[in-house]
Amino acid sequence: MRKVWDIHGGIHPLENKDQSNQLPIEFAGIPEQLVFPLSQHIGAPAVAIVGVGQKVLKGEMIAEAKGLVSVAVHASTSGEVIAIQDNPVPHPSTMSAPCITLKSDGKDQWIEHQGINNYLNLDRTELVNHIRNAGIAGMGGAGFPSAVKLSVRGEQTVETLIINGTECEPYITSDDCLMRERADEIIAGIEILRYLINPMKETLIGIEDNKPEAIAALNRAAEGTAINVVSFPTKYPSGGEKQLIQILTGKEVPAGGLPGDVGIVCQNIGTTVAIYRAIAHGEPLISRITTVTGNACDHNTNYEVLLGTPVSYLLDHSGFHQKKCSRLIMGGPMMGFTLENSNVPIVKTSNCILAPTVDELPPPTPAQACIRCGMCAEVCPASLLPQQLYWFSRGKEYEKLEDHNLMDCIECGACSYACPSNIPLVQYYRASKADIREQKQDAIKAEQSKMRFEARQERLDRQEAEKEAKRKARKLAAEERARDNNNPDPIQAAIDRAKAKKASVKSEKPAAENATESLDRARLKEVLANVEKRLVTAKEKLKQAEQQGSDNVEAFRTAVEKTNSKYLKTKQELITFNAVNPALSDSSSMPAEKKILTGDAAQDAIAKALAKRDAASSMTDEERLQNAVSAVTKRLQKAQQKLAEEQRQEGEHIDLLTNAVAKLDLKLADADAAYQQFQNNNHD
Amino acid sequence: MALLNITSPHTSGPLDTGKVMQLVLIATIPGVLALHWHFGWGVLINIVWASIAALGAEALALALRKRPIKFYLSDFSVLVTAVLLAISIPPYSPWWLITVGIVFSVLIAKHLYGGIGYNPFNPAMVGYVVLLISFPIEMTTWASPRQAYDGQLPSLIESITVLFSGRDALPIFSLDGITMATPLDILKQNSTLTVEDLWTKFPQFGQWGGLGWEWANIGFLAGGIFLLTQRVFTWHAPISMLVSLTVMSAFFYDSGSSISGGSPLFHLLSGATMFGAFFIVTDPVTSAVSNKGKIIYGALIGVLLYLIRLWGSYPDAMAFSVLLMNFAAPFLDYYTQPRTYGHAKKDRSKSEGGQ
Ligand code: SF4
Ligand code: SF4
Repeated sequence: MRKVWDIHGGIHPLENKDQSNQLPIEFAGIPEQLVFPLSQHIGAPAVAIVGVGQKVLKGEMIAEAKGLVSVAVHASTSGEVIAIQDNPVPHPSTMSAPCITLKSDGKDQWIEHQGINNYLNLDRTELVNHIRNAGIAGMGGAGFPSAVKLSVRGEQTVETLIINGTECEPYITSDDCLMRERADEIIAGIEILRYLINPMKETLIGIEDNKPEAIAALNRAAEGTAINVVSFPTKYPSGGEKQLIQILTGKEVPAGGLPGDVGIVCQNIGTTVAIYRAIAHGEPLISRITTVTGNACDHNTNYEVLLGTPVSYLLDHSGFHQKKCSRLIMGGPMMGFTLENSNVPIVKTSNCILAPTVDELPPPTPAQACIRCGMCAEVCPASLLPQQLYWFSRGKEYEKLEDHNLMDCIECGACSYACPSNIPLVQYYRASKADIREQKQDAIKAEQSKMRFEARQERLDRQEAEKEAKRKARKLAAEERARDNNNPDPIQAAIDRAKAKKASVKSEKPAAENATESLDRARLKEVLANVEKRLVTAKEKLKQAEQQGSDNVEAFRTAVEKTNSKYLKTKQELITFNAVNPALSDSSSMPAEKKILTGDAAQDAIAKALAKRDAASSMTDEERLQNAVSAVTKRLQKAQQKLAEEQRQEGEHIDLLTNAVAKLDLKLADADAAYQQFQNNNHD
Repeated sequence: MALLNITSPHTSGPLDTGKVMQLVLIATIPGVLALHWHFGWGVLINIVWASIAALGAEALALALRKRPIKFYLSDFSVLVTAVLLAISIPPYSPWWLITVGIVFSVLIAKHLYGGIGYNPFNPAMVGYVVLLISFPIEMTTWASPRQAYDGQLPSLIESITVLFSGRDALPIFSLDGITMATPLDILKQNSTLTVEDLWTKFPQFGQWGGLGWEWANIGFLAGGIFLLTQRVFTWHAPISMLVSLTVMSAFFYDSGSSISGGSPLFHLLSGATMFGAFFIVTDPVTSAVSNKGKIIYGALIGVLLYLIRLWGSYPDAMAFSVLLMNFAAPFLDYYTQPRTYGHAKKDRSKSEGGQ
């Protein structure tokens, strides 16, 4: 027996696996309509390469990967594309997303495809390309593109390849049945993986000891290979990637790192079979094993399901009683998410549909106060202090949350499970994590705007200096010319003429500008109207949410705030715009005036220079704008100082001040823009 | 189809807070029975009266704070507070004494701080200390255990009379010997006799600890072990407290001279040792949270307990030690955060200090 390590904490919820692992895997059949979300994986959504009305064959690619971290989608049966549009998708936070809808023709006709006879003759990159083209994404958890995981990774050598057959979530048995029935395919798939990543030390399949049949089957199939089947005591959540690595190797993936950092690659059992089929038979990933279980279904079993099959179709096949069902869960009871709609399709990561009765999984009881009993800390596999995280989450103390490593929480739910006060701890963590991420984004933005601000400041200083120099030179020249006007120097006259020519060309510019100006104005007005509309709806929604006491009130409120600031900004923009470009008719008359003013070209230039000198001496408008810029700059600096001070003291006005700084920043941008525009118009 | 949207996890473990509190109540039974056997009805009457007062006070507090009364009462936490305080108060105490203690525990130590879970100090111990400081005489005259004198323990009716009319109402309480100094008192005041002499001279000493007390301690120990098996708390705090008390008393036990502090066994089985270790030190709300923190927390309580027993001005020091350590719990939490998966050990000495 190989040594295995223990993880901290863990729980032993009722396994409830016997309901669904008694029967062999059944083929679920071909539904009339199938829906393929373009994003069933982590990374960029795939791009549809078929059109509505197009006939496709089984296994034909209908959407291609966009970029490296993306996964292609293939038709899982033959038929006709009838729609490419947003549809409900199974996702914890997204309601609907772009999907391709296929009407099956019932013929289930394969596209021509061919396996690779001897992949050992193939270059690794080529092999990875095959896997990429087969549209394989990790089938256990999040759906990470497999090809990316398998791509050659610079210096890093892989010591250990780990295949995750843990399946520690209660109820789910899809990997269990796959291991029992298709152990040979799994081993063949692992051999391909071994060829690809060439683990220096060992290849391990980790399985919890509550699956003796699967262990036996894999042991038989792995005989004579370098693959080692390792079983260990059943405990939730040993199937978490980090936890499994710890159990099998005693190593910990460093915080914020990847398994690769400790020389490990992890793959899921289902993925190995998909890779085997892709290489040995040339079949892309078009089906998977999905458990349908729970007491609200008469027939609990594992199906081989064509991807894109609606959940409702599977439920209909399983004797589903909607009345008895307390909620519909995709995934297991610990980490699965509720489906609001049974019309969503099975995707590459859908390992289980759980339809429990109310008795089975009763609705959560109201949370009592935290008595700091520490049971949550006892079970946390990441050795966090969930009760502290809970207090900090409630107090929105993000720094303390980060200090207590909230970001290392794997959201396994063990703490919530153990909590005697039934506090939905994970819910708090998810919310706080999202907040922290948002804050980080904001911080990055603030940093960027600070950099922009500094750059602008520098530019302004430089321009100011240049302008000053020019102004002096011009003044000097104008005075000289005024003196010399009576006995013109032919050379000077030539120069003046040239200048005048240039000036007259430029004097036409305002007309051209007028056209763009009016366009700009229209655009700004349009934007303003749009934002206004959005603001009104956002406010309405907020009101509704408040009336219903919805949980999302906060979200709506921030939305309103955001829209409002955008509205104000746009309005400000429009106002500055109007101030700078007063009215079309006024400015269009300018060239005419200039023409009247000028008789002689040289005279013209002189007049212009004189006018400019006058402007330089009075310069009211420009000064006003300049003053505005510097005033706002000063205010901004002050506000920033205050904010820094507040942050140092962890004062309670940080939010307020951050807002103020952001607003001033906008204002500065506006003032600056106005000033720039003014300068462009007045100094050529 | 409209389906409920509930986030994971969708299932929860078998324990709930009400059940945990009930288990704690059940676990007090052996100790309470031992006390009852040795000291008579006064113990149970304390408990009943304290429970009634506590339920009333809790309901009042909840009503004032506009919280759902039934929902919060069902967590049984106030009954635990009541029982713990009642056990700490000498039997045959008057009703008002108990009531004042409960009012302080429930209204001030618990609800003024925000209710269950928010209180930094153990409510029962706050109530106890307030009583001890305000009514030192009443709080330090313990009835003698039944074997220590020839008289009979008061009957149930007599005990109830005492509750409402005070000890003076009952002729039996004028008998010499019905109240006696506890062994811990004697040991503290002694400076001439060896421990062995004390044992023979005073009937209050029993086999290993105080007469009666030793059985109560064994009873509470049994209850504590039961709670450990039920995983209501972990071993860390109570065991480390008992170990540190043992170490301290062994260190100062010079095999029984007149300045000796008493043997480790004596300390383990006297006064509130076991009761404190398993029912007070383990109070989750006011103790440290991480296991390492709990070990330090318990150990320091053991040390304080011994120091105050021997050199403080009060004979038993459970309440003071615990309250002092309640102060320290947040700091312990801060400095004993466990190492998170994938992280190196945190070095707090380099960061900016406590919270
Ligand atoms: S398990 Fe629940 S009640 Fe206990 S400390 Fe954790 S959050 Fe608080
Ligand atoms: S959900 Fe997070 S905090 Fe809770 S037990 Fe799992 S890892 Fe720990």
